Amino acid sequence: MITADIQTVLPEILLSVYAMIALIFAVYTGKDKVAPLLTTLTGIVFLVLAGWIGLNGSGTSSVFDGAFVSDAFSRFAKVTVLVAAAAVLVMSQDYMSRRGLLRFEYPVLVALAVVGMMVMVSAGDLMALYMGLELQSLALYVVASLRRDSVKSTEAGLKYFVLGALSSGLLLYGASLTYGFAGTTLFSGILEAANEEVSLGLLFGLVFLMSGFAFKVSAAPFHMWTPDVYEGAPTPVTAFFATAPKVAAMGLFARVVHDAFGGVTGDWQQIVAFLSVLSMFVGAVAAIGQTNIKRLMAYSSIAHMGFALMGLAAGTAFGVQSMLIYMVIYVTMNVGTFAFILAMEKDGRPVTDIAALKMYSKREPLRALAMLVLLFSLAGVPPMIGFFGKFYVLRAAYDAGLAWLAIAGVVASVIGAFYYLRIVYFMYFGEETDALDGKMTPVLWTMLMGSAAIMIVGVVNLFGIEPIAAAAAGALVN
Amino acid sequence: MIGLEHYLTVAAALFVIGIFGLFLNRKNVIILLMSIELMLLSVNINFVAFSHFLGDLVGQVFTLFVLTVAAAEAAIGLAILVCFFRNRGTIEVEDANVMKG
Repeated sequence: MITADIQTVLPEILLSVYAMIALIFAVYTGKDKVAPLLTTLTGIVFLVLAGWIGLNGSGTSSVFDGAFVSDAFSRFAKVTVLVAAAAVLVMSQDYMSRRGLLRFEYPVLVALAVVGMMVMVSAGDLMALYMGLELQSLALYVVASLRRDSVKSTEAGLKYFVLGALSSGLLLYGASLTYGFAGTTLFSGILEAANEEVSLGLLFGLVFLMSGFAFKVSAAPFHMWTPDVYEGAPTPVTAFFATAPKVAAMGLFARVVHDAFGGVTGDWQQIVAFLSVLSMFVGAVAAIGQTNIKRLMAYSSIAHMGFALMGLAAGTAFGVQSMLIYMVIYVTMNVGTFAFILAMEKDGRPVTDIAALKMYSKREPLRALAMLVLLFSLAGVPPMIGFFGKFYVLRAAYDAGLAWLAIAGVVASVIGAFYYLRIVYFMYFGEETDALDGKMTPVLWTMLMGSAAIMIVGVVNLFGIEPIAAAAAGALVN
Repeated sequence: MIGLEHYLTVAAALFVIGIFGLFLNRKNVIILLMSIELMLLSVNINFVAFSHFLGDLVGQVFTLFVLTVAAAEAAIGLAILVCFFRNRGTIEVEDANVMKG
């Protein structure tokens, strides 16, 4: 019995043991001198675990009396999280070591955050959910203020901490109400208690839980922290924030609404739809005035979360499938875009003003072209894969009878296209000012070109991700 | 006779005080930390009350987890605050304004 339990959580156990050993190893040997080695090693460990989880697991197993669930859905989310985290770790190495930021704590904290994310997407109990979420959040607060001597970075960490703690508080209050009115913390038990009719207390619990999740996925109206944290944190950390934690939080969101409250779809559908439409518009409209590319990416991620939530709002298996596909595409686009942003520098200093990109195409035609593809994809321009992500969620919403939401999504994506296209305009038609001279390391170049290539080549069959996502969604919604 | 609803009322009141402390306080970041702690502890009252009235121990186990996490959270919050203070020389909430969001 216990052997089977341990076997199911073995990836998580191994990763946390790895993090602890890495910490001790670094402290007792070269400290920051071993940081590059540790970063690469952590990336490799992530990839190995991703391969292991992706290829090895099958079926659904619920262990530790239902507190931990391993099914196709959790495996899909875990593989995405691990691969995204590995990509960001590898990308950040050069940027951080040149600025003296590559401390050995960084890969360790990222590894711990990833353990938290893996627990989040596998949670089958409110307690497991809370512990996973906090492990992820606590590690991320520290990573946000990694640049200890910078006012911006510490301020970002402080803001993230205060608002993150507030969201944990809301979530926990919801958890306590849910526990009280359902009589159990197990999702399966809550599902029974909330079958057809929900008591008012349980409904309150659901609303508080969902506002906590909305904070974590940075959906409007709980998005205030996103632009500041994205701007203040070191760029590689921002790249990390924009990818893996979003997938995990979205996976957690989907798991709770379907696994615990799957019987009362109508009750949460409206809330998710409201979050979705608000995020799409806030993300699209507020980004228009931004000149800092990191803030711009923050609003872009708010808008993208709105679209992913639209898939969730459908409340169907196809909705979850479209959400998963959307998240994978979103992560791929963001990895490429941040590879580009990481190489934006002048005289060795990072530049984040988009005006610095004027006539970039003249100096670096290939890089500008790749960025153009990525930006078109982010905007959802048809030949790119980003369009198909949007198409899936729109169809899911439309099929579920939320035509108004789909129409709002189209309108928001048209508004949102403006600021992506403005960057393209700067790169191709602006007047040249003092140009950027950042060199690109082979790793960044590969990431940028690879992700841009995926945007175009993926159109053929989305790399066969569709049936996998369908299986994942099928395991969650029944 | 003190019943479940009394406990829930106290917890809800404390929780709301905590939230108001976060949003209305314009003075000091330490007060933010205290407000956060107040929120988490009010949740604990909820859990223990429910646990007692349901005759189910899970709520109290959850409380222990929450207490542990709250301690870790406070430690990390203070650590970030110390870094912030070193850079900025102040811990007034109004001064956390290098980035406008």
